[in-house]
Amino acid sequence: MEGGSNDATSVKVSARDLDVFYGSTQALHGISLDARANRVTALIGPSGCGKSTFLRSINRMNDLIPGMRRQGRILLDGADIHDPGVDVVDLRRRVGMVFQRSNPFPKSIYENVSYGPRIHGVSDRGTLDEIVRTTLEQAALWDEVKDRLGASALSLSGGQQQRLCIARALAVEPEVLLMDEPASALDPLATARIEELIHELKERYTILIVTHNMQQAARVSDTTAYFYLGRLVEVGPTAQIFTNPAKQETEDYITGRFG
Amino acid sequence: MSSRLPGRPSAAWKGSAFVALCGAAAAIIVAMLAIILADVVRNGWAGLGWEFLVSAPSEGMRGGGVGPAIFGTFALVLLMTIAVVPVGVLTAVYLFEYARPDSAFARAVNLAVSNLAGVPSIVFGLFGLGFFVRFVGGGIDRVFHAGELAWGKPSILWAALTLALLTLPVVIVTTGEALRAVPVAAREASFALGATKWQTISRVVLPQSLAGILTGAILAVSRGAGEVAPIMFTGAAYFLPKLPTRLTDQFMELGYHVYVLSTQSPDIEATKPILYSTVLVLLFLTFLLNATAIAIRARFRAALRPQDA
Repeated sequence: MEGGSNDATSVKVSARDLDVFYGSTQALHGISLDARANRVTALIGPSGCGKSTFLRSINRMNDLIPGMRRQGRILLDGADIHDPGVDVVDLRRRVGMVFQRSNPFPKSIYENVSYGPRIHGVSDRGTLDEIVRTTLEQAALWDEVKDRLGASALSLSGGQQQRLCIARALAVEPEVLLMDEPASALDPLATARIEELIHELKERYTILIVTHNMQQAARVSDTTAYFYLGRLVEVGPTAQIFTNPAKQETEDYITGRFG
Repeated sequence: MSSRLPGRPSAAWKGSAFVALCGAAAAIIVAMLAIILADVVRNGWAGLGWEFLVSAPSEGMRGGGVGPAIFGTFALVLLMTIAVVPVGVLTAVYLFEYARPDSAFARAVNLAVSNLAGVPSIVFGLFGLGFFVRFVGGGIDRVFHAGELAWGKPSILWAALTLALLTLPVVIVTTGEALRAVPVAAREASFALGATKWQTISRVVLPQSLAGILTGAILAVSRGAGEVAPIMFTGAAYFLPKLPTRLTDQFMELGYHVYVLSTQSPDIEATKPILYSTVLVLLFLTFLLNATAIAIRARFRAALRPQDA
C-alpha cells in the first residue's frame, strides 16, 4: 500500500492544535498531525522550522527546557500524554528516542543496552541477556558485537554507535520510536544501514523521523509532513508530497529552490 | 613602496619588549619554586633516612625523626576526607543538579561557598575551637559524661572537622565542574529511556564525574595536609609520647611540627637540620598528592574519551 491517507492502520500518535513556546518565542503554531501505527512519518523542513521541537514534544523531552510552555494536546492511543495521571517515566518508556548524534554511555555495550531494562526494574541476568541479544539483533548489530559485549561502547564506529543507541531505545519495548536526524552524522554506507533498519523496524513500531535529507525522507517514509516557521504547511502520503505537492512552498523546498 | 601609511618603527621593538617583560614575569615563579626546592633539598636531604621517617623526636627536638607527625598527618587527612567528600559532593549535586540557579537558597549556598574559600585559615582554627571543641565537644560532655572532660578538649576529630570545613569549597567547586562537564546528550539519553532524575544522576552523571570528584578530594587533601592554623587550637600537639588511637586523642602533624621546630625549640640552631628535613617530607607529601590527583584525572579522562575501533 502506498501512502497514508487511505491507510488501514490505526492512528498511534495524534497532535491537536499544539502550540509550544520557549519563553516569549513561539516555536510551534497549532500543529495538528497524525502518525499511523507501523508507518514511518517523516518531518521535513529547513533548520529552525520546529520539526525537532514537535518530535521532542511527543516524549515530553521539552519539559526539561526551562521556560517551555505548551497549549493543545498530544494523544497516544487516544489518551492525552499531558493528563495529570500520566507518568512521564512511563510515557518515555512507551515512546523511545534516537538522537542526532549517537550518545552511548561511556559504559560497555552490554550495559548500554541493559540500562533501560535495569532502570525499569529488570535485574535477572538471564532476562537481561535475552533482552540484550534480541534488541541487538533487531538493531542489526548483534553479529558485529556478540563477541565483545563487555567492550566500551565508545570503541564502536559512528554507525555502530547509532545502531547501539537504537538497540538501547528498543530494549525498553517502546511502541513509538522518535528519530531526530539519526543518520545526519554518518557516512553514506552507515546511513544506508540505518535506513534499511528503519524499514525493518516499522513492522513493529510507529516511527517518526526528522530529516534534512529529502532523498532519505522519500526512501524511508510513508507519510511526509513539511514544517516551515513553526507551522505545518502540508502533510500527505510521501509519494504525493514528493511528486505532486498541493502547495507551492512545499514544492519549492523539496525541489531545492530554497531551504 | 608607495603606501600612505608610514608605519611606526617603534611598534616592533615595543612589542618585543612587552613579550620579554611577560616572559620575565613568568620566569619569576619558576625561579622562586627552584630556589625554595634547592634550599630545602640542599639542607634537608642529608637528614633524611628510614630512621628519620619512622622514629619519634628525641633530645628536646634536637634528634630523632618525624614518624608520629607523618602518622598524625595521614590519620588527620583520612578523617578529614571521610567528612568532607560526602558533604561536598552532596552539596554540589544539590547546587548544580537540583536547585534552580536563581533561587534564593542556591544563591546563598554559592555565596557561602565562595566566602568560605576566602576566610583566613586562622579564623577556621578559632571557629573550630569555639564551635567543635567547646560547643559541640563540651556539650557532649555535659550531656553524656556529667561534665567530665572527654570530648570537650582539642582532639584529632575536631581538628579533622575544622580542616574539612576549610577544604569544603575545594570539593564543592571541583565536583560542580565535574558535574557540568557531563554532556547534556548523556543526560538526555537517560531521560529518554524513562529514567528518573535520581536514576540519571546516580547511574550516569555521578559515574561520569568520578574522576573530577576524586581530583577534588585529593586537592582538598593536599590543601589540608599543609595547613597549620586550623589545627593548632583544635587538636595538634607539640609532642606526644604515643600515637593517637582514639578520636579524642591529640596528635602530632607535619605542618605543625615545622612550626614547632622553627619557633618553639629551646635551641633553634640545633634543630635546623631536622627542620629542613621535615619541610622536605611535607613538600614531598604534598607534591605526591597533587601528582596523584593529576594522574587519576588523566586516567579517567582517557577512559571516557572515545577511541577508534
